[in-house]
Amino acid sequence: MNSTVFAPWEDPEKKPLIRFQNVTKKFGTFTAIDNLSLDIYEREFFALLGPSGCGKTTMMRMLAGFETPTSGRIELAGKNIIPVPPNKRATNMMFQSYALFPHLTVWDNIAFGLRREGMEKDKMNARVEEMLRLTRLERFAKRKPHQISGGQRQRVALARSLAKAPTLLLLDEPLGALDAKLRQDTQFELMDIQEKTGTTFVIVTHDQEEAMTVASRIAVMDEGQLIQVATPDRIYETPVSVYVADFIGDVNIIEGKTTLIEDGQYQIDWAEGQMPLHAASSQPFDKGQTCFVAIRPEKVAISAEKPQAADNIVQGKVLDIAYLGNLSTYHVELADGTIIKSQTANTRRIARRSFTWGDTVWLSWTATAGVMLAR
Amino acid sequence: MRKFFLIAVPYAWLLALFLIPFFIVLKISLSDVALARPPYVPQFSWDDGIMAFLRDLDFENFVFLTEDSLYWKAYLSSVSIAGLSTILTLTIGYPLAYGMARAPEEWRATLMMLIILPFWTSFLIRVYAWMGILSQEGLLNQFLMWTGLISEPLMILNTPTAVYIGIVYTYLPFMVLPIYSALDRMDGSLIEAAEDLGCSRLSAFWLVTVPLSRNGIIAGCFLVFIPALGEFVIPSLLGGSGTLMIGKVLWEEFFSNRDWPVASAVAVILLLILVIPIVLFQRNQQDAEEAAK
Repeated sequence: MNSTVFAPWEDPEKKPLIRFQNVTKKFGTFTAIDNLSLDIYEREFFALLGPSGCGKTTMMRMLAGFETPTSGRIELAGKNIIPVPPNKRATNMMFQSYALFPHLTVWDNIAFGLRREGMEKDKMNARVEEMLRLTRLERFAKRKPHQISGGQRQRVALARSLAKAPTLLLLDEPLGALDAKLRQDTQFELMDIQEKTGTTFVIVTHDQEEAMTVASRIAVMDEGQLIQVATPDRIYETPVSVYVADFIGDVNIIEGKTTLIEDGQYQIDWAEGQMPLHAASSQPFDKGQTCFVAIRPEKVAISAEKPQAADNIVQGKVLDIAYLGNLSTYHVELADGTIIKSQTANTRRIARRSFTWGDTVWLSWTATAGVMLAR
Repeated sequence: MRKFFLIAVPYAWLLALFLIPFFIVLKISLSDVALARPPYVPQFSWDDGIMAFLRDLDFENFVFLTEDSLYWKAYLSSVSIAGLSTILTLTIGYPLAYGMARAPEEWRATLMMLIILPFWTSFLIRVYAWMGILSQEGLLNQFLMWTGLISEPLMILNTPTAVYIGIVYTYLPFMVLPIYSALDRMDGSLIEAAEDLGCSRLSAFWLVTVPLSRNGIIAGCFLVFIPALGEFVIPSLLGGSGTLMIGKVLWEEFFSNRDWPVASAVAVILLLILVIPIVLFQRNQQDAEEAAK
């Protein structure tokens, strides 16, 4: 591995490969992309993440050239690409439906783009063979798309879009049609191929787990705007808003009013009859300001006996247990009706668990476990 | 048992409405003409038996077809008129079907309706309407003279041009519908994928759209060519005496000359000519079904 961490976005000297500058896209009266600016760097595996209708697919289609922005500028390697038609762009796209040509064999599908370039026969054969090897499809070269499985079709689509060695590869929900197990394997395969080819990948997905696994950076989108652009761990650990915290993974959100104790330490009054919570934040909060504390379930400890020392301790009753095999998520109802989720690893056999449905339990977490959010 | 009935129904249909009539026609084609009612001497009768039939068997009516140049000229001219009409129908029908398939979703049902609508009126009435449009004093000539494009009325009715217009008009829906259904099924992202991989709009059309609508094109062409080959009403009403088509020859042989045996021989040969495209059509349909699976 490289000794330096791959993080071109932190280097102010580095020129981005793709640059969205104040891009707006309207469909009639509907604003799909709202004055958005974004830089994506070379060799990145960049994920556009959001619920359906958030504008992520429109972003990708503008990069491919299928949509023209209403206003703003899109640069690829320093050049404005808005007037360039899709067939003249150094980008290739892998479609959600794969869009394999049903009348052509796997081999001809992969060779399709190379033929349009007018590549020499020998070079083209070599390139197609290379792509077949990369995606482990050698045995299926002579088959038509309807004669292979879904996973194989996905790999043909990938091979076809990589064959022309694009500067930028766009992947539109590339794994959406695969079952869970195959999807996991394919995620690692995608990362492998991205590393081997050194191509910049931009992936569109609504699956947060997929984005977390594959991406170097994630852009969380909502209603045509970027909510947060950061590395997966930053997005998970320090979300900027309740929306991001809630969209990525499981989270407990507790709403309350803040009081400063000492620098960075706050007391949060959140419900009548409950002890105030303690939380830390580097962001300043005014006295009495409404704040949301986001705490991940795995950072909440659950125990049958009251823990000795902890910044926050609450008591409640086990309402529900979601057993996931390796993990269990406990839904604990507090006296005021608030439900807090706690997740623990099942390190002991299930029969030896010291509490079950209806039992009174104690939940505890540290002041730094949660993130204080203003909105 | 249920399976047997399911298969038996179409076969019974085929037997009653195709095979039996065909054998009657075949029998007449082997007979001799006579001044009688019906106007032929049966070659085969149950009294004399099969041996007498085979002993007296001759193909004089079929031989006659080769002797008089009228017949093979009529066959040839029918094939060429039907072939050219098919090409013309395809040229007009494909863009129509393409436009329909690309039209906004809410318009498609209406457009489809407009294609089918002419079938609600009698075919004969529509052909008569074309006589009114194409004749020397017809609407078309009046319009052209009014615009000043021509000073003398054009002779369209009773020429092959009128036959082509009639066939293209009548059979256009048979071309449009299968092509439309092929284009409608096509995934729009295929065209985008082709463009993404370096195709211009036009080359994407030739390399993706046309091959994927191939089955629709073939089905449409056969659906036009097969009935157009034996077409009788259109050439006789619009084509005048100058147009030679086998359907018309057959009709004249049967009703004007009352030579049933020769007319039957003409019909048998016409059927044999049609068997080739019909078999090809069937094979195409089977391929299409397999590809769709």
